[in-house]
Amino acid sequence: MIHAVALGGMLYVLWLLLSGYWTDGLLLSLGAVSTVLCVLTARRMGIVDREGVPIRQAIRAVTYWPWLAWQVILSNITVAKIILNPKLPISPTLAIVPYTQKTDLGQVIFANSITLTPGTISVDMALDGILVHALEGSGIDDLMEGEMDRRVTAFEGER
Amino acid sequence: MELIVDLISWACILTGGTFLLTGGIGILRMPDFYTRIHAASLMDTMGAGMILVGLIFQTGFTLGSVKLLLVLLFLILTGPVSTHALAGAALTAGLRPKNTDDRTGGTFMGPMTHVAENDPPHPDLIGEDHR
Repeated sequence: MIHAVALGGMLYVLWLLLSGYWTDGLLLSLGAVSTVLCVLTARRMGIVDREGVPIRQAIRAVTYWPWLAWQVILSNITVAKIILNPKLPISPTLAIVPYTQKTDLGQVIFANSITLTPGTISVDMALDGILVHALEGSGIDDLMEGEMDRRVTAFEGER
Repeated sequence: MELIVDLISWACILTGGTFLLTGGIGILRMPDFYTRIHAASLMDTMGAGMILVGLIFQTGFTLGSVKLLLVLLFLILTGPVSTHALAGAALTAGLRPKNTDDRTGGTFMGPMTHVAENDPPHPDLIGEDHR
């Protein structure tokens, strides 16, 4: 129930921001009706649960996203330097990076964070880890140290 | 005040443009498919991101900037999914990365290759449920 309420609230705020109607009562109530219809449809599809509406993660995102943004900026500069270097010093590496997330949602967040950071791409998932292709060997070494894995597991918050 | 905002926004837009150009050069210079994706991800993240941040500074505190912020959010959420799908599809089809240090010991070079070489398959055949 709390997930349905949270989804409805989020959708209504999104509707308000995208439409820009703040005063007209008729339009506001029609927006509310369409929000409720959306939530009911989502409930019927069975996607209004802790995976479809990750409330706890939404709160923790305040600390995780800025850290991820900083990592993305740093690795962008690294990859840009490699590209503009006349010698093109790349050492492509393929490795399986282990993960400690328990839920599918956490694993998706980890894999997507790896892909979002330039220089590393998550190619495939398995039971024992994520297959990662990296532009440089050092990209794999950084992932193997496991700071991103720890932060995603804390972000997932399933323990 | 307006001058400062203009300067910040133009700095962002120019940075974004530089990263777009660098990503383009990277796509041309890289030797194979997988390394080219790495160059393209520069354009996905810093290129598009910095240009959108610059545009948000231009629009100021309006509904327009909220929409730009949503564009940025959806771009960040969907970009990695398409990149991952592209790389996964290439590996599944049997395209092997060139000159690559394979630390997996060759156990993970795509599900199709296992069928061809009669190896015991890695527990990651596409469509198989893990649980």
